[in-house]
Amino acid sequence: MTYTFRFGPVLEAYRDLLAGAWLTIQLSTSAMLLGLVVAIICAWVKTSGPKPLRWVVECYIEIIRNTPFLVQIFFIFFGLPAAGVRLSPNAAALLAMVINVGAYATEIIRAGIESIHKGQVEAGLALGLKPLQVFRYIVLKPALKTVYPALTSQFILLMLTSSVVSAISADDLTSVANNIQSLTFTSFEVYLVVTLMYLAMSLAFSAVFSTIYRVAFAYPDRH
Amino acid sequence: MLRQFGTNEFLFIFTAARWTVLLSLIAFVGGAVGGLIVALSRVSDVKPVSLAAGGFIQVFQGTPLLMQLFLVFFGATTLGLDINPWIAAAVALTLNASAFLGEIWRGCIQAVPKGQWEAAGALGLHYPATMRYIILPQAFKIALPPTVGFLVQLIKATSLAAIIGFTEVTRAGQIINNATFRPFLVFGIVAAIYFILCWPLSHLSMRLERRFAAATTR
Repeated sequence: MTYTFRFGPVLEAYRDLLAGAWLTIQLSTSAMLLGLVVAIICAWVKTSGPKPLRWVVECYIEIIRNTPFLVQIFFIFFGLPAAGVRLSPNAAALLAMVINVGAYATEIIRAGIESIHKGQVEAGLALGLKPLQVFRYIVLKPALKTVYPALTSQFILLMLTSSVVSAISADDLTSVANNIQSLTFTSFEVYLVVTLMYLAMSLAFSAVFSTIYRVAFAYPDRH
Repeated sequence: MLRQFGTNEFLFIFTAARWTVLLSLIAFVGGAVGGLIVALSRVSDVKPVSLAAGGFIQVFQGTPLLMQLFLVFFGATTLGLDINPWIAAAVALTLNASAFLGEIWRGCIQAVPKGQWEAAGALGLHYPATMRYIILPQAFKIALPPTVGFLVQLIKATSLAAIIGFTEVTRAGQIINNATFRPFLVFGIVAAIYFILCWPLSHLSMRLERRFAAATTR
């Protein structure tokens, strides 16, 4: 028995696929931004927060980094209703992604903070700059330059990981692929097309990110 | 129709962990062999070979692992092979690990100082001998911490096999949760099992990295 590939039904559903890809991008972007907020708070706690809080943040990071994302999603999606909180699959997916990426981004931000030499700040103050000016002109850019590559690759990783949220039937690209698959029985074709879509998205994002890097962190400094 | 969560339920989850461990080991061994080939191809002087290895890495690092699993699983069915989730997961994870380990080890091979290559050439050693006696032993040392770190990623990655129906520890948790509906307890236990497997390795990787950093700073 030879198999004939049928890409017709897959291509006919291009609108759904694009909508799924768009939701994947939205989920990843929102999760990254919210995760950064979590990360900045946690990085501050880890470097200069009170002891008990520091311990809580340590535990959070260790637990997230040493358990699979899929288990984290199940814990949230099945666990919260048991605790009386109703969440849609998309909301549960977003929450799980924020919690997950927040832990990874904390380490990146912390490294960025620690990469700034104390002497730089002291020199700025000695020159008579105000603390805010020191932050804006001396600290911010090198710190951003340090964390930027790690954060952008973390974003692409997050986008690829978000495929796992299809396990709770969200509306992301992989979930759309599952739906098309169950309606048209063209499993291999659907997943091949969707895999290429993910590849295109990650290549496009990394091209955009590296262009931004070249422009924004070009030396000598232009203000 | 809810079951109580008792000893049997716990044992069902706990014993399923052996499949998680086994799948991780198979993918790691397979990925190590594949990764060595990918790494050596990547640093090869023959352009097409290094480009092919680069493409392989790009595809596996630029697409979701879940899609890789699906493509192996459904692709085999398309070819008329009757494949079970166990084989599909092992093959997909092996390919994925080959790409990631290949990329990690390429960096380690290139981290060996250039003078070592030149010295080997000056001694009249050919490529295979240079690799085997001079470069790889030194690269191995550099590679140890990130390789142990990758093993943690791999153990976590095996959880995705649950989605194609292979009963490892995550899928066992799903099955028990459907029967007992005690999500916090069930997935708490599942998470704890992963944590017990991964955490020591994470720390070992960190310790090795520190020791290595201490040994190389002058």
